[in-house]
Amino acid sequence: MTMQPASTEIASRIAAIVQELKDLEGPLLPILHGIQEEFGHVPHDVLPVIADGLNLSRAEVHGVVTFYHDFRAKPAGRHVLKLCQAEACQSMGSDAVAAKIKQLLGIGFHETTRDGSVTLEPVYCLGLCACSPSAMLDGEVIGRLDDEKIEEIVAEVRS
Amino acid sequence: MNIKADFPTLIEELDYGTPESKAQKQVTLIVDGRSISVPEGTSIMRAAMEGGVEIPKLCATDMLDSFGSCRVCLVEIEGRGGTPASCTTPVGEGMVVRTQSERLDAIRRGVMELYVSDHPTGWNEKAGTGASEFDVVAKSVGLTENRFGIEGRNHVKQENGVAPGHGSLAVDYIARDESNPYFTYDPAQCIVCSRCVRACEEVQGTFALTIEGRGFESRMVAGMHEDFIASECVSCGACVQACPTDALREKTVLEKGMPERSAVTTCAYCGVGCSFKAEVKGDEVIRMMPYKDGKANHGHSCVKGRFAYGYATHKDRILSPMIREKVSDPWREVSWEEAIAYTAKEFRRIQYQYGRTSIGGITSSRCTNEETYLVQKLVRQGFRNNNVDTCARVCHSPTGYGLGQTYGTSAGTQDFDSVEFTDVAVIIGANPVSAHPVFASRLKKRLRQGAKLIVLDPRRTEMVKSAHVEANYHLPLKPGTNVAVLTSLAHVIVTEGLFDEAFIRERCDWTEFQDWASFVALPENSPETVGKLSGVDPELIRGAARLYAKGGNGAIYYGLGVTEHSQGSTTVMAIANLAMATGNIGRPGVGVNPLRGQNNVQGSCDMGSFPHELPGYRHISGEAVRDIYETLWGVKLDDEPGLRIPNMLDAAVDGSFKGIYIQGEDILQSDPDTKHVAAGLAAMECVVVHDLFLNETANYAHVFLPGSTFLEKDGTFTNAERRINMVRKVLEPKARYADWEATQELARAIGLDWNYQHPSEIMDEIAKTTPSFAGVSFDLLDRVGSVQWPCNEKAPLGTPIMHIDSFVRGKGKFIRTEYVATDERTGPRFPLLLTTGRILSQYNVGAQTRRTENVMWHSEDRLEIHPHDAENRGLRDGDWVRLTSRSGETTLRALITDRVSPGVVYTTFHHPDTQANVITTDFSDWATNCPEYKVTAVQVGASNGPSDWQRDYDEQARNSRRIAPLQAAE
Repeated sequence: MTMQPASTEIASRIAAIVQELKDLEGPLLPILHGIQEEFGHVPHDVLPVIADGLNLSRAEVHGVVTFYHDFRAKPAGRHVLKLCQAEACQSMGSDAVAAKIKQLLGIGFHETTRDGSVTLEPVYCLGLCACSPSAMLDGEVIGRLDDEKIEEIVAEVRS
Repeated sequence: MNIKADFPTLIEELDYGTPESKAQKQVTLIVDGRSISVPEGTSIMRAAMEGGVEIPKLCATDMLDSFGSCRVCLVEIEGRGGTPASCTTPVGEGMVVRTQSERLDAIRRGVMELYVSDHPTGWNEKAGTGASEFDVVAKSVGLTENRFGIEGRNHVKQENGVAPGHGSLAVDYIARDESNPYFTYDPAQCIVCSRCVRACEEVQGTFALTIEGRGFESRMVAGMHEDFIASECVSCGACVQACPTDALREKTVLEKGMPERSAVTTCAYCGVGCSFKAEVKGDEVIRMMPYKDGKANHGHSCVKGRFAYGYATHKDRILSPMIREKVSDPWREVSWEEAIAYTAKEFRRIQYQYGRTSIGGITSSRCTNEETYLVQKLVRQGFRNNNVDTCARVCHSPTGYGLGQTYGTSAGTQDFDSVEFTDVAVIIGANPVSAHPVFASRLKKRLRQGAKLIVLDPRRTEMVKSAHVEANYHLPLKPGTNVAVLTSLAHVIVTEGLFDEAFIRERCDWTEFQDWASFVALPENSPETVGKLSGVDPELIRGAARLYAKGGNGAIYYGLGVTEHSQGSTTVMAIANLAMATGNIGRPGVGVNPLRGQNNVQGSCDMGSFPHELPGYRHISGEAVRDIYETLWGVKLDDEPGLRIPNMLDAAVDGSFKGIYIQGEDILQSDPDTKHVAAGLAAMECVVVHDLFLNETANYAHVFLPGSTFLEKDGTFTNAERRINMVRKVLEPKARYADWEATQELARAIGLDWNYQHPSEIMDEIAKTTPSFAGVSFDLLDRVGSVQWPCNEKAPLGTPIMHIDSFVRGKGKFIRTEYVATDERTGPRFPLLLTTGRILSQYNVGAQTRRTENVMWHSEDRLEIHPHDAENRGLRDGDWVRLTSRSGETTLRALITDRVSPGVVYTTFHHPDTQANVITTDFSDWATNCPEYKVTAVQVGASNGPSDWQRDYDEQARNSRRIAPLQAAE
């Protein structure tokens, strides 16, 4: 993986976030959330700054960041569409839903359309099993996906 | 355990699966019908093993806390449902456990089948060593089928379109990491049991490894998915030792196969004195494995002891004796007989011509106790003078003096295990992470358990701040102000009434205490005054003093940053005062602990290497002591102390000292003021160097005797905790003689009647003549592993902690410690202070480590300089700079860092071409002549290459290392 050197501006902003939150109990997750909120992602090369601020090793911070799929190393598209691929949704046809959406958007999971409009991701259970198959678009859950809803979603993210 | 000298087999240590429980209460349970009693808190797995029942396991090992992830060690417990993991389930009174049943067998086989489906190159294909724990468990559970195929998604296939190892999506093949010179990481073999990650965290304390991703995507990676060599890894080897598969494996094992036999021996690097199993195949060491029964290291190691033994077979080793008339001549290879006869003849001639005291010897802190004892015996019995000294002169001689004066014994007060009971650790002028790594790991473990830390050091070392370590107080004092700052700590303790009056009244001389207290209470010793001259915030001094005095068990650990000063002995006394004043002496968790630099520097001091002391620190002027040796050796001993190393060199320059036998020490590189050392050596007529390599000193030698490595001889080393550890021969001496044999040959050649058949006989002589060693013998050490002196009738198994009920000298002695600034001062010409130290991967003058792959981590010495000082001088990182002092100048490359304060620069001394000691001055400790390496006023400026001295030196060194080609036999 190529590592871009963190610009001093980003690094100092990150250091400020670390400084602000480091006295919380278990400060690493709040700090990562804070960074993702501000930058839309957690740049790989800022992990040493966090590690230094919390007296952790780079490896530990890397281990935590990669454990949580929600922390992304690169900026997402303008929209983020998550399709549930867990057991209940699978039994209600989530495979077919995913295939259709992939085809309409022209991307696979973990990819972003070339125009940067949308990023597609699998998710394992949104707690919406009663309304399978389900999805989440920009933080809003959508249940009982069918062709019509799929078209609607695609139209919305394309607009 | 009794290990015979001829060791035909590989020592297998039992792995109990989980650590020992320290609980007092015993619990009895039944495992597979056997009744077993173990301490409360023991795991079922360990209890079973102690009762002789081995439960299959993958993620458990007794070096690590239990984890419970592999699901192989399941058992059935009567009256409980399910199949709990035996590693995480503690024993209970009356518990009835079954480790074998059809159900358990089926579950274990099923789990192993899943593992092998994702572990394609292991199992029955005998990949790697074919002898890993994983292979053994697969066999023991009777795994015969694999219904899931071997095309593991994690391990072999590379998915299209996804870059290998890309972020959290690493669901594919990751190439082998061969970046570390000593071991390989093959992710395809990894079963993600986390043993390596936990070893790096719990045992080593570096936290360089992690599990990346989650679920099926989980992979072990170093750093942030970096190559091992680029990560935070310090190559201690704990992960390799912990790995139950061949994912992490020594390259030597992969290349040459598993070793066949082993012997337990002691590392020849630092003063921690780790025990290792030297594992051998044929006549080659395959690997050094840390020994779990080693009392100093408990199964841990660092990059030097574990991996950096390649110097023993390096092509630079000289295997034939050599002589030459003049140092400008090329060397001539000769037989041992000729070399010994020539040396004896020269020494006799010199003594006849210039007098009895015109020759002397230097003992080595790298050699065994027995060898050191023989060298001082050669000088005293054979040369008939006391001109014997040792390299401890230049490192810990002030420790000997300071602790001797205050407590009555010249050694640390504790064992390393004591740190497990420490509440406040004080580190003064030492960087154990670099110089005593295995002790540092133990200390860091204690810090993670909540102990507090105070660091006195001009640099912000790894002990001040690194992953999971943060000093509560860092006092970044200016080099040379130790005494002032320590006395100021005492000022706070006395004036704020933090001293332990009951302890002092009982154990020390109260009048002396009162005198000392009135001295330290003077306003000139207040933090406010001292703060100004030392550059330390007075509040930090006050806070640190309060914490040490009242924070529970306070233990002081110190290094050469204390001793190598013009007031080194005073600093040691100031430390001893602090411990007495606060009652931090004589029980586990406290004490005064010098971190000794070399493997046997403690031993070489114990063995009478100093010109004024016979073995056991008994002054040469004592008639009764001389009597013992005079009777045994049949000669009259000189009752006047002989010359110290610097005095020998001065006398050589003056023309009265003409010959020297130097065993295993490179005084030209390691001693201060290189030019003076060179002049002294050049003025001698017979310099005998007994070493592995043509070291820098050998440039001025007339006789070279090839030395033997610690792998090639029997003997003992004594570590920093006074522990006498066995060194066992695993290879024949490459140059025919072990060092003790060569010394014996020389002694015989000058007419002494020596007839030692084995080093154990030398130890018997030491025991017979030295009260503190009276109970020591090789038999005892074979039986119990190791003992800490004093070991005698009163303490037949040695003395882990000293001064328990009273000080060795009787009453502890408080001594006034007046601060006298060193004569070495900064001024307009030399405005910066240079201090020196070490780095983890290199050792001392580097003669050994430079001849191993360790140079990958440190290929040159760099000058650390603060950005502010660098900017003033227009220096950029990596620039060549000229370093100038009143003594000389040298050049090296700059490393710009704020680890040093403005006004302070720092370098290491591992590489001879740097010649850091051309810069250091000849100021030394007032009591012991220990050189003031740690303070030199210098100037730093831009440079475009090596100095004239470096160029001349280089040429001289090249010339003097020529070896004449052998004449063809007629």
